[in-house]
Amino acid sequence: MTDSLLARLSPPAVEKDLSGAVMDTFTTTAGPLGDVLVASSAEGVTYLRPVGDVDGFRAEYRRRLGRPLVPGTTGPSIGARTPVDLRACSSFERDVLDATASIPAGQTRPYGWVAREVGSPAAVRAVGTVLARNPVPLIVPCHRVTKADGSLGRYMLGEEAKARLLADEGADLEGLAAFTAARTVLVGSDTTGIACLPSCHHARRITDAHRVSFRSAAAARDAGYRGCTVCRPGW
Amino acid sequence: MSDLTDALVEDLDGGFAQVVRWYQGSLLGTALRLTGHRASAEDLTAEAFLRAFRALRDYDADRIAALDLRAWLVTVLLNEHRNTIRTATRRPALSGAPLPDRPAHEPGPAEVAARADPDLAAALARLPAVQREAVVLRHVADLDVPAVAAALGVGEGTARSHVSRGLARLRTLLASHDRSAS
Repeated sequence: MTDSLLARLSPPAVEKDLSGAVMDTFTTTAGPLGDVLVASSAEGVTYLRPVGDVDGFRAEYRRRLGRPLVPGTTGPSIGARTPVDLRACSSFERDVLDATASIPAGQTRPYGWVAREVGSPAAVRAVGTVLARNPVPLIVPCHRVTKADGSLGRYMLGEEAKARLLADEGADLEGLAAFTAARTVLVGSDTTGIACLPSCHHARRITDAHRVSFRSAAAARDAGYRGCTVCRPGW
Repeated sequence: MSDLTDALVEDLDGGFAQVVRWYQGSLLGTALRLTGHRASAEDLTAEAFLRAFRALRDYDADRIAALDLRAWLVTVLLNEHRNTIRTATRRPALSGAPLPDRPAHEPGPAEVAARADPDLAAALARLPAVQREAVVLRHVADLDVPAVAAALGVGEGTARSHVSRGLARLRTLLASHDRSAS
């Protein structure tokens, strides 16, 4: 006896391959400092590390992302416009990475700046922790985040790599080092009364004759300056 | 499918790719009957696979080898479905529980062909949840009664009665619908 209801319940063939939605792929591709291992979901790059220990890469991927990962054939080109998939991150981590991604090429911002941008000015150390484990370095430019005094500080690919990336982007590393040595954290223009972070492109246009150096935002404020609305030095 | 559990033990990631290819058809069909909605069924199935992978991560080889993969995956799918509904109920602003049928846009011919039986979906949606789940697990996913009972977390007698009451109710709903339609 055939039961028409049971026949009706049996599902139609759903012609759909979910492999792309479920399985992430990884490949080796060229980055600005040499080859990198890069993993991607259907949405974008999920994880990137310097080429080397493939087994360690896969083990870390399984631990951190918890998604299946198989070798792929083509990798994305690595740059600021590469789409990323940060769904495995917490909302705080995503906010920190988004704020970091907003730093223009060739410029630097201190960790405290990122903390202010995400609305948690006291969470400077937490910002450092998030960036130290940035799942997608080179794409989200954590190499543009520096110590409070403007010195470059640590980087997961090494301090030398950090300097090289910034130099390749056109940063004036010697100029920034001179500001750090002079303990200058803000520079103002005595014609506009506006103070900027030293790497802000507005700061770079201030002529020597009109440049005023400050060792803190409070000092600039006391001198009657306001903060630049582009680099938002924190006021 | 001991070949597939062997593949998982050998290489969890590569083996899982085979598991997805092998089971996605039947899980998608089951998800379609649970949700009544094609897009939700695809999301639900993909989420269930990912949840299954996260669970497998922590299983040792013996535990993986002992799995009845099909029944286990259907159970994971069911739990994911229940979680989705719970979340949607808690946060109704976020899209809410999917209603059967009624696409926001005019469906193309391929979509109409792929969308399954809106009358059946509407009738299934009117069953009490546990009866709907029991019917779908037994007669769509084709699990046997002990597996249905285990997935639902009830005794076999209870599972059997949920299935038969669900089927009886479905017949009534579909019969009255056919009468009103003609």
